[in-house]
Amino acid sequence: MKSNMADMVFEGLLRIADDNLILGHRTSEWCGHAPTLEEDLALPNIALDLIGHAQTLYCLACEINSRYKNEDQLAFLRLEHEYKNLLLVEQENGDFGNTVLRLFYFSTFMKYFWERVKIECCFTKLKEFSEKAFLETSYHSRYASQWVVTLGDGTDESNLKMSNAIANLEPFLGELFNNDDFTEMCSQNDFLPEPTSIFDSWKNEVKAILQKGNLDFPDIILKKRGGRKGEHSEAFGYLLSDLQYMQRAYPNSSW
Amino acid sequence: MEKGTEKAWDVLKDLTDPELPFLTLDDLGVIREIKRNDKNHVVTIAPTYIGCPAISVIEEKIASELKKIGISAIIEKSFSPPWSSDWISENGRKKMEEFGISPPHPRKADTIGEPLLKDVKCPQCTSYRTEKVSEFGSTACKSLYRCLDCKEPFDHFKCV
Repeated sequence: MKSNMADMVFEGLLRIADDNLILGHRTSEWCGHAPTLEEDLALPNIALDLIGHAQTLYCLACEINSRYKNEDQLAFLRLEHEYKNLLLVEQENGDFGNTVLRLFYFSTFMKYFWERVKIECCFTKLKEFSEKAFLETSYHSRYASQWVVTLGDGTDESNLKMSNAIANLEPFLGELFNNDDFTEMCSQNDFLPEPTSIFDSWKNEVKAILQKGNLDFPDIILKKRGGRKGEHSEAFGYLLSDLQYMQRAYPNSSW
Repeated sequence: MEKGTEKAWDVLKDLTDPELPFLTLDDLGVIREIKRNDKNHVVTIAPTYIGCPAISVIEEKIASELKKIGISAIIEKSFSPPWSSDWISENGRKKMEEFGISPPHPRKADTIGEPLLKDVKCPQCTSYRTEKVSEFGSTACKSLYRCLDCKEPFDHFKCV
């Protein structure tokens, strides 16, 4: 692979891997705290899937960039500004409704993202991975959509909480669909699809589910951004200090 | 199977899954291929789930069992084609049911978890009057059901 291509693939893998790692970590915070035993099994299972996706993508990234020896270095030993995840995934969980709504937004996006990678990605290893990832994110999206409908169409209180969650997450949705120079380059090289190209499929599905739950579809305009450039929100520093604790306190420790 | 890999296969075919110890990796269809190059055997496995925590245990197990008979092995993961519950053998399905797990239905194209046949049979009392309690059971590959007749909860292996 030519060096500028390698840089592109590395950065592209990091963006997706970081999204998955950070949302995986946030989701894992529910372990032992979910409202019912069933959800206490479901959320950590999903967290495992997300972290598994991140791990595989970090491994691919390490094969390309020899600066990093293994996936743990990428996951645990980078500094805050070196993470390229969306602001959406690093925000605190909030209540259960907020958590499943964010999971629904993200996994529905990833489902359509992997569906496109499966067809048009020039990087074979990622293309192969996407076949499996597509199936798993579809499952997450369906799980989360059921909760969005159940809570939206539940009691006045649960509907109000879901409406609050929609308002709470709204400022972060623009970044999910923001094209930048990098995403344009990825798309021109048939590496990754442009985020905007996924918007219509995503919107149709999300709108239909919100409607079923008597909830309003949010305005999606670019408000808060920065994650893709390594500019994060306050919540991220606290998250990283938790996520990285073991490797910082006991370097190179392993299970 | 490639020639010269029979010895390795003899050892690997009996290895069991760490989370479903009554099933062999062969029952599950996890071991896809064994090849040889100059120095090593290359064993290709298809993870049931990308983040399945059993995968690293399986990799270690394969490598250490082969080492015992003097074979050095490289283990590679393959996601394409993705592992499918359709690859579970008849024998594997039977053992699953005996162990109280309802085996997966045949899979529809591009879906995960949603059975082609809506009826899930209770492995305890064989009633079809059952309902899903949760999309996720004790592990990523199973969902949680309950029987409306014998009232027992049980795991249903997702169709993937």
